Amino acid sequence: MTQLTMGKALNEGLRRAMADDPKVLIMGEDIGKLGGVFRITDGLLDQFGAKRVIDTPLAEAGIMGTAVGLAYRGYRPVVEIQFDGFVYPAFDQIVCQVAKLHYRTRGNVKMPITIRIPWAGGVGAAEHHSESPEAYFVHTSGLRVVAVSNPHDAHVMLRQAIASDDPVVFFEPKRLYHAKGEVDLDTNLADAPPMGLARVAREGKDVTLLTYGAQVTTALDAATAAEDDGVSIEVIDLRSLSPVDYRTVEASVRKTGRVVVTHEAAREAGVGAELIASVTERCFNYLESAPVRVTGHDIPYPPAKLERHHLPDLDRILDAVDRVLDRPNSLTEVAR
Amino acid sequence: MTMAHTLTPTAEPATDIDDVARLLTPDGRRIPDADLDPWVADVGTDQLRALYRDMVLVRRIDTEGVALQRQGQLGLWAPCQGQEAAQVGTARAFRSDDFVFPSYREIGVNFVRGAKPEDFVLAWRGEEHSTYNPYDINTATPQIIIGAQALHAVGYAMGITYDGTDEVAAAYFGDGATSQGDVNEAMIFASSFQAPVVFICTNNQWAISEPVTVQAKFPIAGRAPGFGIPSMRVDGNDVLACLAAMRWAVDHARRGQGPAFIEAVTYRMGPHTTSDDPTRYRDPEELERWRRRDPIARVEALLRSQGAMDDEFVTSVAADADRLAAEVRSACLTAVSRTPLGVMDHVYEEPHSGLDEERENFRAYLEGFGDAAADAEGAGR
Repeated sequence: MTQLTMGKALNEGLRRAMADDPKVLIMGEDIGKLGGVFRITDGLLDQFGAKRVIDTPLAEAGIMGTAVGLAYRGYRPVVEIQFDGFVYPAFDQIVCQVAKLHYRTRGNVKMPITIRIPWAGGVGAAEHHSESPEAYFVHTSGLRVVAVSNPHDAHVMLRQAIASDDPVVFFEPKRLYHAKGEVDLDTNLADAPPMGLARVAREGKDVTLLTYGAQVTTALDAATAAEDDGVSIEVIDLRSLSPVDYRTVEASVRKTGRVVVTHEAAREAGVGAELIASVTERCFNYLESAPVRVTGHDIPYPPAKLERHHLPDLDRILDAVDRVLDRPNSLTEVAR
Repeated sequence: MTMAHTLTPTAEPATDIDDVARLLTPDGRRIPDADLDPWVADVGTDQLRALYRDMVLVRRIDTEGVALQRQGQLGLWAPCQGQEAAQVGTARAFRSDDFVFPSYREIGVNFVRGAKPEDFVLAWRGEEHSTYNPYDINTATPQIIIGAQALHAVGYAMGITYDGTDEVAAAYFGDGATSQGDVNEAMIFASSFQAPVVFICTNNQWAISEPVTVQAKFPIAGRAPGFGIPSMRVDGNDVLACLAAMRWAVDHARRGQGPAFIEAVTYRMGPHTTSDDPTRYRDPEELERWRRRDPIARVEALLRSQGAMDDEFVTSVAADADRLAAEVRSACLTAVSRTPLGVMDHVYEEPHSGLDEERENFRAYLEGFGDAAADAEGAGR
């Protein structure tokens, strides 16, 4: 075990994946000499050379489309989208080509592309630099979608994503890039939990709190605070958004009977909506109350000085916990 | 050598259809062209007859496809009549280990690459998205998203350079596709990485109902030099010129000189697909003008003038065409649909718990019908 930041853990993940397989190459804007705007690719150009660390023209559709061609040729491209909000120009290539070519060719053409996206808010960034587009990709069959919440998962799941023969959209929470944690760099991928599995980040018995990415930290803080109030919250870090590990989710809901989902992305037709619909279908008879979402507002991402009002914080989560427990909450007066 | 046939705008730059490199006149006379001649110096009567045969067979597949659609056997067909020379001539310039990324209209390209009779119809029938394994004929599954394949070809070509081999990748697209960002980004990537890729713009004058003048106020071949890519505007109804131009382009890429661009100026004689009515948007005189430039008639005239169009040859080509058409028809009419559960195959390479569960639920639902469901699966329609 080594203490590493998430950024360094990702860097080591890329380094090992490239060392393990000569077909792995990385491509994106400013990933070479600069080492990426977040330095996730730092030092890789020196180690692996310009044929495997490709500084591309500034064209996201171009990056994604050429990655498709490289995959056709047998390469395993790892694409860096510089910021979440810049993935939209590549959307067509991702949803129409990357996601579908395996299906279209009945498995003859593999698209083992990993799409790394520095993701979501909380870092005081400019417009288009704090987006949470995960629902678009979860909605797209043929893609796997994962979101990491700690340095160890970031390291291991990135290597798993690159090793996967399926395309993986890999969300890296920007605000955790500098957060430190224990990382086992010598993890044997064959022994590690598959990236499709959820993790019970904290056990509890009264309420199941489902979340992913940087919001896991906030959820754990909420659980600690709730404990003082005599409420035991089970926090589940989903890790994978496609597929969702419903076995773990169901086990928790059957135990607690109450569900809160929290994510940064807007609420309307978001991942939380899907989670609650699925939980209700699967566990309706176990539910003691209606599940509740705590999400970003249904607004364009606000200016940085206002983002704290948008991002679900500890208090908004605790308010939702009060709602599912039928304790006095912010909506009590509204309901009356 | 750099070839840039047309870089200066003319009065009607996008539509001046005679401002092209050419080896066969519309009436079938062989004329010299200093740039092109060396590339087809080896093409004698036998090869010319082979090109003629290719084009006749492609036209026959196309005719059969239209008929099958009109008879309700195909959901749609995208005809290529008039574009046989642009497709066959260019595709004959590749080696089998080169990799081609076609659009949905490249019937002649796929024919040359080795597509089987079923490969022309099963996608339009709605049985398959891609009937062949792309690696069997080194040809990607035909692309429907306009211009997306140009980037795929460039990425593939970048892989060729990383592998250190001398293969070439190619992308076919139409004049409408040159308005897409993907095609322009493809030219930037190709140029920046000196990828061994050839772009073939089949300028057939119409993007459904929009004339090429909506896409281009400058000859399309004239754009490529702006990206640092040498280009050529060639008569797309002249199979010999198409072969020569593409041989130049492929040789350029194969020798490590980077990408090349061909604009084949041709005409789509029929509708965009069997769903549109070109009489709503096209002048009949225009159609007649192009009918007089027919790519097959042109080679036939040349072969006749050479005394190489004997009855035996004509009969054998017609017989080959009819046989192929029958095979295409048979492949269409004997198609067996996959079972209901088959719709869920191959979405992922590795197990996906969400879809796996959905499949099991659907399986249980189907089994609820008992034997009737099994019969329905077996019948497959």
